[in-house]
Amino acid sequence: MNIDWPWPWLPANTDDIAEATGEHLYLALLPVLVGLLVSIPLGWAASRWRVARGILVPLAGVLYTIPSLALITLVPLVLGTQIIDPLNVQVPLAVYTIALLVRSVSDALRAVPSEVTAAATAVGYRPLHRFLTVELPLAVPVIVAGLRVAVVSAMSLTAVGALVGIGGLGQLITEGFLRNNGVELVAAIVLIVVIALIIDALLLLVGRIATPWTRTAKGVNS
Amino acid sequence: MNSAFAWLFDPEHWSGPSGFPARILEHLTYTGIAVLIAAAIAVPLGAVIGHTGKGTFLVAGLSNGLRALPELGLLTLLVLLTWVGLLPLVISLVILAIPPILAGTYSGVRNVDRAAVDAAHGMGMRGPTVLARVELPNALPLIIGGLRAATLQVIATATIAAYVSLGGLGRFVIDGNNAGAGSPDGYPQMAAGAIAVAVLALLMEGLLELVERLVVSPGVRNQSRARRAVRLRRRPTTDLVENPT
Amino acid sequence: MIEFQAVTKQYPDGTVAVDNLDLAVEDGGITVFVGPSGCGKTTSLRMINRMIDPTGGRILLDGKDIRESDPPLLRRGIGYVIQHAGLFPHRTVLDNVATVPLLTGQSRRAARSRAGELLELVGLPAKLAKRYPAQLSGGQQQRVGVARALAADPPVLLMDEPFSAVDPIVRDDLQQQLLRLQSELDKTIVFVTHDIDEAIKLGDRVAVFRVGGRLAQYDDPSALLARPADDFVSSFVGRDRGYRALGFLDAGGVPVGPVATVRAGEQATADQLDDGWAVAVDAENRPLGWVSAELLSTMDGSVNADRLVSGGSLFEVDSSAGTTAGSLRNALDAALSSPSAVGIAIDGDGAVVGGVTADTVLAALADARRAGEVPA
Repeated sequence: MNIDWPWPWLPANTDDIAEATGEHLYLALLPVLVGLLVSIPLGWAASRWRVARGILVPLAGVLYTIPSLALITLVPLVLGTQIIDPLNVQVPLAVYTIALLVRSVSDALRAVPSEVTAAATAVGYRPLHRFLTVELPLAVPVIVAGLRVAVVSAMSLTAVGALVGIGGLGQLITEGFLRNNGVELVAAIVLIVVIALIIDALLLLVGRIATPWTRTAKGVNS
Repeated sequence: MNSAFAWLFDPEHWSGPSGFPARILEHLTYTGIAVLIAAAIAVPLGAVIGHTGKGTFLVAGLSNGLRALPELGLLTLLVLLTWVGLLPLVISLVILAIPPILAGTYSGVRNVDRAAVDAAHGMGMRGPTVLARVELPNALPLIIGGLRAATLQVIATATIAAYVSLGGLGRFVIDGNNAGAGSPDGYPQMAAGAIAVAVLALLMEGLLELVERLVVSPGVRNQSRARRAVRLRRRPTTDLVENPT
Repeated sequence: MIEFQAVTKQYPDGTVAVDNLDLAVEDGGITVFVGPSGCGKTTSLRMINRMIDPTGGRILLDGKDIRESDPPLLRRGIGYVIQHAGLFPHRTVLDNVATVPLLTGQSRRAARSRAGELLELVGLPAKLAKRYPAQLSGGQQQRVGVARALAADPPVLLMDEPFSAVDPIVRDDLQQQLLRLQSELDKTIVFVTHDIDEAIKLGDRVAVFRVGGRLAQYDDPSALLARPADDFVSSFVGRDRGYRALGFLDAGGVPVGPVATVRAGEQATADQLDDGWAVAVDAENRPLGWVSAELLSTMDGSVNADRLVSGGSLFEVDSSAGTTAGSLRNALDAALSSPSAVGIAIDGDGAVVGGVTADTVLAALADARRAGEVPA
């Protein structure tokens, strides 16, 4: 095949590119946010009850294993959505985020030293207060690590939606492929990668700022 | 939903060059070739980086950077860059399979109990012997974990091969999409293909887990779990988190 | 006062952790729960702040059944210190200590200023306040744990093996500090340990538990050493209990005899030695070590402070009052650990006032026994 490099395409289509980028972000980030909010109570349940863990963790593993194109294709079958509904992409991304984070949240909560939770109970914290002010903050580094993977993956997986007609930067990829337009194709790839890495770096930064205790030098006096 | 299963179990779709058996075989062939090539590159590289501690940045950089790369974009770009046939597909699949295997091998070797490695040196083993006799056997669970993640990633991505006119199970999804929503070969075909891909991925996951159990000595398996827990307690690592596919 | 009334804790699998415990912890003083692992001492402690609820019997705190209190509110009024301190890793040292005052509704400023006072009280420099727990040594973390427990000024302090994860020297330090703090604050402290020496050192009262959650003996430490209730207690109290019991006997009856001294840096002859030995002292008469006749003969007549034989433990007497401050154990140990077999007795300023020998200590013990001061 031949590939063309029509450079003038780029300045002529900045509006379309911006629109596709916005759509891509909406398609990718909303599900990650929803997934985060859902996975915290689920992860807490999995850390607390053996039965919940026995169900949630293997289920998360199975869902995580299903390839994205398959999951995207099967959403209409399960939820009855239209074939080009944005939910067909967003639901799988939320599912992947939850599958990834349930385990992270649960492991992180279980890794909180028992003497710390015991001490918190003993000084008179009520359970919800203790969870929000002691256990959850201590789980933040692990949750942020999982969230970074989820966001970056969501940015690149959203492109797969273009194969079944759902927008975002993935449509520039399929369009560029069909028109042999190398500029359009590469622009879409670069935008996806660069935006994903910027969000990744932002999350890393926010995570660091939010957890000053993880950056302290160990064993100053021991 | 019934129409999807009807399409899936229609005997007509289980024979010939465009039937499920042929597509599954194509899919597994792509996967096998790509994972083998990736392993041939990434296992030795990861072992050397883990053993010497030099080039660690490569492992972290690759796994972070490539996670963001859209597979669809990579594949279509390679196809457009004049290569024809299987080559662009295999290259893009290999590129995707390398990071998890590299990270798994590196972490596996790196996380072998330093006391065991010290003891091996103390007994007079040379570097390569230490790597072969002590580090690699102990690293096996994580190496296999990396291979497993890579295989699943490749199975998922090979679905996209159909978009660039190749075979595999993605064919049904793409052809169904092209046939249009109203057609009897439309969404039912897409859904049938998707179900087949999902089942194949899950079966492969189960199979690889079984292989892992058979190959890895129980002592090492338990140890690696315990170590993983300890590591998590100390600091979270993103190296070993598998990508969704 | 904390009263256990027929308290039992049985787990669903049938294990009895505490079996029909009756025990009253008096206000003030340190009460130690001691026993081997699995004896229910920690379970008993944790029932006081309702970290565990009993399956039978009841526990009264100042006459009120603790089951009538809301657990979080109850716990805010009871200090709790555990092994490894259990500090919150994500909060600074100061904020860890301020935890309970904040929970009870104090302003952040008031809580922090209170926390600052407590850090000083437990002997931590103010510069550590802004650090995170991971930046402290084990001993420092444990001090922060004690400060946190004291922050709301609770009348009762529960301590669950607080010093067992630190090395022996630091542990000794922490124990001394606890005794000092207790003499200032006079809390009601319940202290759990598996270490009988720690129990005897710290406890005003000691409750020995046996496996299966039964109370074996509840007594003051000297009585525990002198009159163990049964074979279990006597074997748990262990070897050397006769020797350790001397620690509770005042050494007032031990005569302090003269001891030969020579001054470091000055001339000395073999005539000044007594039985071949003399204590070398500095200008303030404080002991530096021992000189033997053999050693002196190699010193060109002048006592060289750098070449002394190091001495044994010291036995402190309060010479101004004419009575001894140390115990028979101190006196005997001073004699036994001395190279010359004479234990050095010092006054409150550390100056040498004389010597004691093992014979005189044992004679004093025999006198005390005859006088009925020592239970047979």
